[in-house]
Parts: sequence; C-alpha cells; structure tokens
Amino acid sequence: MKPAPFDYVRASTVDEAVAALAASNGEAKVLAGGQSLVPMLNFRIVDTPIFVDINGIQGLDRIEETTDGGLRIGALARHFALETSDLAKDRFPVLHEAMKHVAHLAIRNRGTIGGSLSHADPAAELPTMAVLLDAKIITARASGGREIAAADFFVAPLTTTLEPDEIIVAVELPGLAPGTGWGFEEFAQRRGDFAVAGVSAIVSMDGQSVTESRIALMGLHDTPVRAHAAEAALLDDGIDAAAAAARLDAEPMNDLHGSADYRRHLAEVLTRRVLTAAMERAAR
Amino acid sequence: MTAKISITVSVNGENHAAEVEPRLLLADFLRENLDLTGTHVGCEHGICGACTVLMNGDSVRSCLTFAVQADGTKIETVESLGDIDALGPLQEAFREKHALQCGFCTPGMLMTATDMLRKYRLETDDDIRDGLSGNICRCTGYQNIVAAVRSAADKRDAK
Repeated sequence: MKPAPFDYVRASTVDEAVAALAASNGEAKVLAGGQSLVPMLNFRIVDTPIFVDINGIQGLDRIEETTDGGLRIGALARHFALETSDLAKDRFPVLHEAMKHVAHLAIRNRGTIGGSLSHADPAAELPTMAVLLDAKIITARASGGREIAAADFFVAPLTTTLEPDEIIVAVELPGLAPGTGWGFEEFAQRRGDFAVAGVSAIVSMDGQSVTESRIALMGLHDTPVRAHAAEAALLDDGIDAAAAAARLDAEPMNDLHGSADYRRHLAEVLTRRVLTAAMERAAR
Repeated sequence: MTAKISITVSVNGENHAAEVEPRLLLADFLRENLDLTGTHVGCEHGICGACTVLMNGDSVRSCLTFAVQADGTKIETVESLGDIDALGPLQEAFREKHALQCGFCTPGMLMTATDMLRKYRLETDDDIRDGLSGNICRCTGYQNIVAAVRSAADKRDAK
C-alpha cells in the first residue's frame, strides 16, 4: 500500500496554485490536509500524476468575523482550529458542536475545512454545516474566482461543481439572528466514525411559535440536503409532523453500516431530538 | 520519472537532510531512512493510529503525511519520550497501569496521549476515551490505557 509516483509542486500563493493547476491541463490535484486523499493514494484508488501542495500558503487558514456577524473561514484552517475557535463557538454554536464529531484529534490537526468541503462526503459534518448555514464557497481559478452557494455546490457523493483547475479559498457563513436556537445529533458506530445518519437544525421563535427554521440531513441523501418538507411541517404542525416529514425527505442508501429503512428511522428520531433542543435553546 | 526533493527535518531534536521521492510517506522516512522503528505502521490508511507522531507539536498520522511535507518541521516520535533506562512520565504511567500487552499500538497511543494531555483538560474518562478513539488496540480492551492516561492527567494537574 504505497502511492504511485507523482510530481510534487509546492505553491506559496493562491496565484501559484491555480497557475500550476491550469498548466497541468486537468491532470493535477490539490493536496491540502490529505486526510481523505492520502488513504486513496495509498490504496491506489486515486492515480494522479501531479499534486499541488497548498499547505505553505500563508494566511489561507484565518478564521475571521464578517461585518454581518458571520464568519469567513480560510480553506486551510484545520478542523482543530475551528473546533477551538471562540469566535465560531460564539457565533455558530451548532458548528462548534458539529466539529467535536469530526474524526479524531490527529485527523483534526491536519484535515482542512476546504479539503472537507471539496471531498464532499455526504456523511461528513462540514459539508452539512455548509448547507445548514447557507454558506458561500469562495473559489479561485487562473481565469477568475467565483462564489458558489452551498446548496448548488454538492452534486453527488464526492462530487462538487468545482472545476479541475479551481480551488476553494474560503467559506463564508452569514450571521444568524440573535437568539437563534440550534440542535445537532448524529449516530455513528464509534466516536469519530462517519455518521450513519445525522440531523442538524436552527430555529427562530416568537413566543411559542416557530417563525423560521432550517433542517439539514447528513448521510441521508447522496449529498447533504435541507429537509424542506420537514421545515414546512414544523411551521404548520409542530415537531412530530416535522420528524415524520424528515423521514420522507430522506433518500438514504443501504450499506453495511445500516439499511435505508434504519436510516429513515434515524432521520425521524434525530429530527425530533434536534428540534426539541433547538426550540428550547431559542430566545422567545 | 518524478524528481527527488531535498528536505531538512528536525527529528527528536536532530536535523536530518535527505533527498526523497514525493511519494515517500513520513512513516517510511522515519523507519527506513532514519531507522527510527519505534513508529509502527499498521493499516497505512489513517484508521489504526499506530504511526501517530508529533509534527510541530500536533499529533498527525505519519502514514497520511508525505516526508516532503515535513520539510522544515519539527517531528517528535516515541523515541523522544524516554528510553528503557529512563522512561518518560507517560511511559511510566503505561508501565504502572499495565496499559500494553503486545505493544504494537503503544507508540501511537503514547504520541496521541501526549497531544491530548497538552490540548484537552480530560476531566472525565469519557473525554479520554474520546481522545483515544482514533487509536486501535487489539489486546488490552482499552481499560488500562484509559487508566494510564488518567494517571498521567492527574499528575499533570497536580503540578
């Protein structure tokens, strides 16, 4: 289990990285934290002739607040930095909670936010948080960068709208209204494993009634998705109706970790739990 | 075909210069090039944790890191913790609590625990179990490893 030979390019700026990608005619890939990529190289599932290592790009790992009360997270920010960011904990407690479920310390020390988003595992926490929190994914390319809404970014398992010569430089999370309640639950066989299924939600309330909600499903579709039917049911008929609707919003796979039926069951149970928690936490 | 690359890496306080293929894993660089065979190679895809080392103070899987990426960094392996005549405090806790049987996973456990003890308060044994969850042991059933890290955490906090 050793990687096949490859050429290695060290980029020290984003411009150098995108120039190297463009010059390779689609052959090169980005190497960031490598926590998903290197296992695939070791197994020779991936056979890429050129890697552009972006770990040396200074300043690409910043976690900063934005003027609307949100966050801008540099693509090279490590999971551990986001897990322990006071700013993230303060602005997005749901994200802070989700980060605790990402793999293990040695993986979180090295794995990057941009890498997790580009890898686009439908059962991973970061892509789901991007969908829940309406993230904007900011990219660079030799021919010019763009902003992609998280809802349009994930296409299929391990597939995004990124072009071969395009890299993520940052992700922006728009600020939440003060008093937004939140909930995050996932079920995994062991701590740190990919989730069999997970649900997260944010909720705004006025008195006893929910005025707005977002519910995101993880490992329950071929990409992370919003559970729109469950969101509508929550407004009209409450938590039980939303949980039942989430079961129908889910289109999970059968695999050795759980049957599709079991995952649909989890969708309902976890939706009930996260909405209960989110409504308790919401300011009224 | 692929050009070799010159690297300089500080390993356990000693600088090593080498010319390496980009595909050489840090684990193999440590074991094959530097004869530091304390770092064990188990699954080679980031699951078992046996190859965990510290890179600039952070625990990393040396099977998921290329040697070229360690250029200019400071690597610490299990050999830095102590030796048979003078065990380090964490190694001493593992000996005292009988936290190893065959010993294959132990270097990774020790390096992971070193990082955990620096970064987390580890108030409960559940916190310790969480921290060790990325390291697989097939002998001990983990109880005594948790006890050893607990003992090391208590000694750390008593200081």
